[in-house]
Amino acid sequence: MSRKISMKQAINEALDLEMRRDPTVIVMGEDIVGGTGAKGEDDAWGGVLGVTKGLYAKHGDRLMDTPLSESAYIGAAIGAAACGLRPVAELMFLDFMGVCFDQIFNQAAKFRYMFGGKAETPVVIRGMVGAGFRAAAQHSQMLTPLFTHIPGLKVVCPSNAYDAKGLLIQSIRDNDPVIFCEHKNLYGLECEVPAESYAIPFGEANVLRDGDDVTIVSYGLTVHRAMEAATALAKDGTEAEVIDLRTLSPIDWDTIVESVERTGRLVVVDEAHPRCNLATDIAAFVGQNAFGALKAGIQMVTAPHTPVPFAPSLEDLYVPSADSIASAVKRTLSPKGASPRIAA
Amino acid sequence: MAQNPFPLGKDELLKAYRTMRTIREFEERLHVDFAKGDIPGFVHLYAGEEACATGIMMHLNDNDRIASTHRGHGHCIAKGVDVHAMMAEIYGRSTGACRGKGGSMHIADLSKGMMGANGILGAGAPLICGAALAAKVRGDRGVGITFVGDGASNQGTFLESLNLAAVWNLPVVFVVENNGYAESTAMEWAVSCDSYVDRATGFGMPGVTVDGTDFFAVYEAAGEIIRRARDGGGPALLECNMVRFYGHFEGDAQTYRAKGELEAIRASRDCLTILSERVIEAGVIGRDELQAIDREVNGLIEDAVRAAKAAPLPVAEDLLRDVYVAY
Repeated sequence: MSRKISMKQAINEALDLEMRRDPTVIVMGEDIVGGTGAKGEDDAWGGVLGVTKGLYAKHGDRLMDTPLSESAYIGAAIGAAACGLRPVAELMFLDFMGVCFDQIFNQAAKFRYMFGGKAETPVVIRGMVGAGFRAAAQHSQMLTPLFTHIPGLKVVCPSNAYDAKGLLIQSIRDNDPVIFCEHKNLYGLECEVPAESYAIPFGEANVLRDGDDVTIVSYGLTVHRAMEAATALAKDGTEAEVIDLRTLSPIDWDTIVESVERTGRLVVVDEAHPRCNLATDIAAFVGQNAFGALKAGIQMVTAPHTPVPFAPSLEDLYVPSADSIASAVKRTLSPKGASPRIAA
Repeated sequence: MAQNPFPLGKDELLKAYRTMRTIREFEERLHVDFAKGDIPGFVHLYAGEEACATGIMMHLNDNDRIASTHRGHGHCIAKGVDVHAMMAEIYGRSTGACRGKGGSMHIADLSKGMMGANGILGAGAPLICGAALAAKVRGDRGVGITFVGDGASNQGTFLESLNLAAVWNLPVVFVVENNGYAESTAMEWAVSCDSYVDRATGFGMPGVTVDGTDFFAVYEAAGEIIRRARDGGGPALLECNMVRFYGHFEGDAQTYRAKGELEAIRASRDCLTILSERVIEAGVIGRDELQAIDREVNGLIEDAVRAAKAAPLPVAEDLLRDVYVAY
């Protein structure tokens, strides 16, 4: 059975289904029950934006509110994972990783390698990413490149409710530590989602739109901006192929390269800051592995090298827009933007 | 033979002595071989502190978890990690406990409940809260022990973990191994409170301070708070005051110490000597029995070093192996 639900509901459903399936799955985080110890309702909040609302009634103490103490409880989730549980720890806003990153990148990410392949750390750390919520500089960042840089971590960033459900189920079942990035401005977006359980494998990008003229690669919120741009470009006769990465580590290099080999043009869109991000990573990979196929210089559309501004007038300029993506596509098509083709 | 006045039977006493002697011999040997340049990287020796690890670990089984520090060899040995695998690891060999990819600061054996020495000070405390949570969820009566030095007792991770363990009522024991120095910086200067018991009280849990060079003092205090944790009584803190016979790491000239300090602590606060004299004086164990253990342990360490030196090195394909379970 399929019906339209939001990404927020899809995440809730994935947690519910996995908790039903596997008794070792526990969920913890600040306010994820939301009301522990207080005099009102037991689960007044169900997460700061209500993502986990209702799960406490179904699963009781397997949902745990934590003290406001990210280093301790993210570390505890990692320690519990190394001892056989499958914890899902909510870091609320992933910007908060600044206070607990040691536990993520020096502990969870390294156990398997550092201990000679004898450890498994099946933890999921999920939380909100991205700008556009008027939440300012410390609650709005797209810090995905910091995670993809670290060997041992897997990094997931869905663009819609269907993917969010299937990828979160896969994340919980996965035996490596997973950073699950939820774009807060996509929480309310609805699409058709099956009621039953399903897992989407990691490292498989989704081609949302076929096209032969240019390849646009993105993830998260900006996938939608890329689709808007592609629709607008089609009116002028330019057919863009739009690739939604879905997982950033592992990343589906094959789909990207195969597409660029066909279209000869690449625009990479990343909501992260411009230096050492997914856009530069993908541009470099394509430059090294498919240079001969390129008919024009690769274009990157990213957030600027600034913190996320608060003022709506500025924040709206901060996130890559459909117009900026369409302009980048046009640059790859114009003679001025084209670089000479060199045989491989 | 005289009546045994100790809280352990003769076999257990011999086991404790053997463990402490094994740690001492292991570390003394590393001290010598490191100076020769045989060992890559750097090592932090536990010599002088053996009574603490041993007195605590005598109460644990493989189902109980510990999180160690950069000075972790003693914790590993006392928790039952194979000495040959440890030595091979320190020599960077593929037969090592971590196949040569961890080294001295990351020796782990999860099958023994040893969750790793740790190069990040204070990082073990949150992890052991998780281990204790797993035990609590499973209801298997396991406990978690985390070790920090007086230095890392100032880390936010440690202080946050005290609070989390208290709030969640976790079966955790926080052991502060107070050897007086955070690397070269004095505990008296760097730790704001006079007593770790006060710190424990501040987090709503019992705290106990013992002479960490007295095996029996550690054993008895640890026994009580571990039992309490196992029975659902919640976390506690144990401070062991002890001495470090060598520098922060090998090669440390230790010029921060007072004149004559090292000679004095070796003469009067050697936990192995203290234990030996107590059991011999009580007439429970003969000096010859201890000497027999010394010879056995000496042979064990000698064999571990010989085997480590002869063991194969990790090869090129090992570089890329085991980053992920599957990628």
